[in-house]
Amino acid sequence: MLAARDITVRFGERVVLDRVSMEVATGEVVALLGPSGAGKSTLLRVIAGLLMADGGTVWVDGRDVTNLPSYRRNIGMVFQDEQLFPHLTVGENVAFGLRMQRAGRAETAARVAELLAMVGLGAFTNLHVTKLSGGEAKRVALARSLAPRPAVLLLDEPLTGLDRELHDRLATDLAALLRATGTTALLVTHDHDEAATIADRVITLTS
Amino acid sequence: MPALAAGPVVGLAVFYLWPLGTLLARVVRPGSIGDAFGAPGLGRVLWFTLWQAVVSTVLTLAVGFAPAYVLARFRFPGRRALLAVVTVPFMLPTVVVGAAFLALLPDSWHGTAQAVVVAHVFFNIAVVVRLVGAMWAVLPTDLTAAARTLGASPPQVLRFVVLPLLRPALWAAATVVFLFTFTSFGAARLLGGSANPTLEVEIARRATSLGDVDGAAVLSLTQLVLLGVVVWWSARWQRRATLSLTGAATARRPRSRGERRLVRSVAVVTGLAMLTPLVVLVSRSFRLGSGWSLRAWRTLGSSQIRPGVSLGVDPLASLSTSLRFAVVAAAVSVVFGGLAALAITSARRHGKLLDVGLMLPLGTSAVTIGLGMLITFDTPPFDWRASWWLIPLGHALVATPFVVRALLPVLRSIPADQRAAAAVLGASPLRAWVAVDLRRIVGPMVAAAGLAAAISLGEFGATTFLTRAGRETMPIAIARLLGRAGEVPRAQGFALATILLLATALIIGIAERRGVLDARGT
Repeated sequence: MLAARDITVRFGERVVLDRVSMEVATGEVVALLGPSGAGKSTLLRVIAGLLMADGGTVWVDGRDVTNLPSYRRNIGMVFQDEQLFPHLTVGENVAFGLRMQRAGRAETAARVAELLAMVGLGAFTNLHVTKLSGGEAKRVALARSLAPRPAVLLLDEPLTGLDRELHDRLATDLAALLRATGTTALLVTHDHDEAATIADRVITLTS
Repeated sequence: MPALAAGPVVGLAVFYLWPLGTLLARVVRPGSIGDAFGAPGLGRVLWFTLWQAVVSTVLTLAVGFAPAYVLARFRFPGRRALLAVVTVPFMLPTVVVGAAFLALLPDSWHGTAQAVVVAHVFFNIAVVVRLVGAMWAVLPTDLTAAARTLGASPPQVLRFVVLPLLRPALWAAATVVFLFTFTSFGAARLLGGSANPTLEVEIARRATSLGDVDGAAVLSLTQLVLLGVVVWWSARWQRRATLSLTGAATARRPRSRGERRLVRSVAVVTGLAMLTPLVVLVSRSFRLGSGWSLRAWRTLGSSQIRPGVSLGVDPLASLSTSLRFAVVAAAVSVVFGGLAALAITSARRHGKLLDVGLMLPLGTSAVTIGLGMLITFDTPPFDWRASWWLIPLGHALVATPFVVRALLPVLRSIPADQRAAAAVLGASPLRAWVAVDLRRIVGPMVAAAGLAAAISLGEFGATTFLTRAGRETMPIAIARLLGRAGEVPRAQGFALATILLLATALIIGIAERRGVLDARGT
């Protein structure tokens, strides 16, 4: 379970988030909607530990993680422009989180194969990420963030920049994948249809 | 436009290729290679040159890493000033850097390898900050954020993401620093003394003190070949390592208390470390014994230590000699460089060849250029050694590549449409050129002239071979004064180095305004 309580963020004089609270139950997929500038991405970054809030607390499975650095929160994140590591192959990208945990070689290989099969890229392991198409890169980014089994997965507009047909297909795939893995997820989007396809529940953030 | 290219091509052929050919001819004489490598002590020279270059390179990378990071990723008050303070030493004459460390380091360090290495690190920090910093500044912020959300601790982010991505820039910086320190002459000669000569210093010693020109020629070409191999090998490495990155990378203000502390301490330590040698240099020119004195400055105009005892060099006269040479060198290199840049942009295929040809002097050490000129122009009807203009010409040869580099981007950025538009409006080709091209390049040309003048003022390697009694330039005079026993000549050396420091800094400051600094290869 993920909970954010009374999160406040100010950029200089501007108050971006003013005592925002929200919860995502275990296994639930929640979409965070709202106009641009409402602070959706900012809230995700606070939850991920990439940005220090000026006030409020973040809870994961009943534990207060507010003062933990992001790498110890066990919160995964899919970035808007994937941010795949350009010096690594597809397989090495997916294995990255497991490598940081010093997981065993056999275990890592098995998990990478499992996830790449799940996103339909089983044959891509040794391919360089610079050779991927836009849709493939997004699938790899998803597999990479799921590999270390995060308690919560954050998705920051994960399907922007794709053409309509591919977008719709990936949205359906993503919804199925999150259900199949029982992932607790918080999805930021500005697209109502996308939110309806993927999420169990929608929260709207107003500015 | 072959006519435009004629001047630069002839100049390059006569004053670069011919001397190089003469050097080569000396080397292929029977016995000269065996004699040169059979000479005692050469192994030691090669070994010292190599290890001090490797140690200097590794240390420069290590020391430059933190300022490169802070300057690339953060915005803070005084950032531009710090960048300037870090960059300026790289543009300073090597003799000034050598003098500054003679002034700073305790006497027990003079003539030691450590002194050479410390000066090299100081001199080359700019290379790391500029090259590695440029790469670091474009690493997307979210890429490291992604690593952190995958469980990577800060050391793991550095090791598994940042360092691999910076590798091309680290290689490029390491190559440049290695080349500079391997071919170090001015600083190595002043600080290393006779106990620790680099290959360059040894070449100069053989040619000028021992009269062993053949031996010097062999070593010169050996060095040229070694450097060629290093450049080729490094270029291969870098090509393989090129990566493309997407995503925003913005320098931001430090946020957490830890970041603020890091930025502040790196900025303060770096700033102090870069300024201290220069400040000490200036202050030492005012010191005699244990007290302050203006005597060194007051006696700058005299070539005698005491009535009847000659100093062997006239400090103030060297200033006017240097200024005269700088004006001539700047004029020559701007005319030749300007013509060459025009020829390169207008003649597409052969332009490339001229471009590469004009860069050759840049890859040749100044000592090699000087030695080549010395042994080429010594027989009638080309016995020009006694002609005053040979020295500024040598300087122009060293400076012209920089002028070309500074002007090329400007010329290339002028759209051909504009000239066509002028022609359509009834302008003759010449009028069109004056109206469109000339107007744009006057500013950069003035800046390039400044750069050439600064290079000429500080040139030491080639000048060592071409200098004549009574026509010493400032760097030659500084080296000689600092090599003398006695407090007054030393203080005078520091005073003269101070003048050279200020003159160079002033010219570079003006050139920086004009935005040609980056043309200097950093």
